[in-house]
Amino acid sequence: MALPKHKKSKSKRDKRRTHQKLTAPNVVSCPQCGDPKLPHHICPSCGTYKGRTLIETD
Amino acid sequence: MRHQKGGVKLNRTSSHRKAMFRNMVTSLFENGQVKTTDAKAKELRRWADQMITLAKRGDLHARRQAMAVIRNKQVVHKLFEAANERFGEINGGYTRITKIGMRKGDAAPISLVDFVGGDEVEKGEKGSWLSRFTALGKAKADKEAKPAAPAKEAAPVEEAPVAEAVEAAPAEEAPAEEEAPAEEEAPAEEEAPAEEEAPAEEEAAEEEAPAEEEEKAKE
Repeated sequence: MALPKHKKSKSKRDKRRTHQKLTAPNVVSCPQCGDPKLPHHICPSCGTYKGRTLIETD
Repeated sequence: MRHQKGGVKLNRTSSHRKAMFRNMVTSLFENGQVKTTDAKAKELRRWADQMITLAKRGDLHARRQAMAVIRNKQVVHKLFEAANERFGEINGGYTRITKIGMRKGDAAPISLVDFVGGDEVEKGEKGSWLSRFTALGKAKADKEAKPAAPAKEAAPVEEAPVAEAVEAAPAEEAPAEEEAPAEEEAPAEEEAPAEEEAPAEEEAAEEEAPAEEEEKAKE
């Protein structure tokens, strides 16, 4: 059975992991209240989407 | 092959899935809106639209078919009563899905399912969704017949909470006023009130606090 001859160095391991990245969520500002929200989502601060209030917020 | 096989399985057995969507569609018609995961919301549309189509047909067989899904008999009767009035002009696509965000705990995407064309009804008016939209039909009829009628009905309902609020307001203000001056006086009068307010557990802090206040007073 094929077996690795050498242990992968820390450098090789870390270089492999350079492609593992987190992506930041796309955030837009709410047209109603200006607070940041996710696109195509109800605004968490004012509870509106496309001019309609859908969720009660304090 | 799964050609022409619609719907999603959602990692559930057929019976589990059926029971779940029967519960959900019943809740949707009872409350007018339902919060659920995106995947379930998209599947729920099929069930809800089917029920409304049956309700618009309105014959006895349709009613029995709806009874076989919706678990609440009163909801079925109200739906059949009001469906043509509310959804008569629309051909399918009676539900609307709006994304809310991620659920805390498992980060599942959550969305809100409700019905299209209910904007006039849902503003401010409380009560069940079905009673609200039958109320809208009455309001429309009243407007055509007597424009003043809905205003008279609304007035006494609005007065009652206001009267309660007036009664409650002095009671709430009184303690608030008592507390507020005490807090304001505390720093001005230096040590005495501060020591009284400080709990026994924070003796060390209590000793330090007056010292700081004395320094401030000197400055």
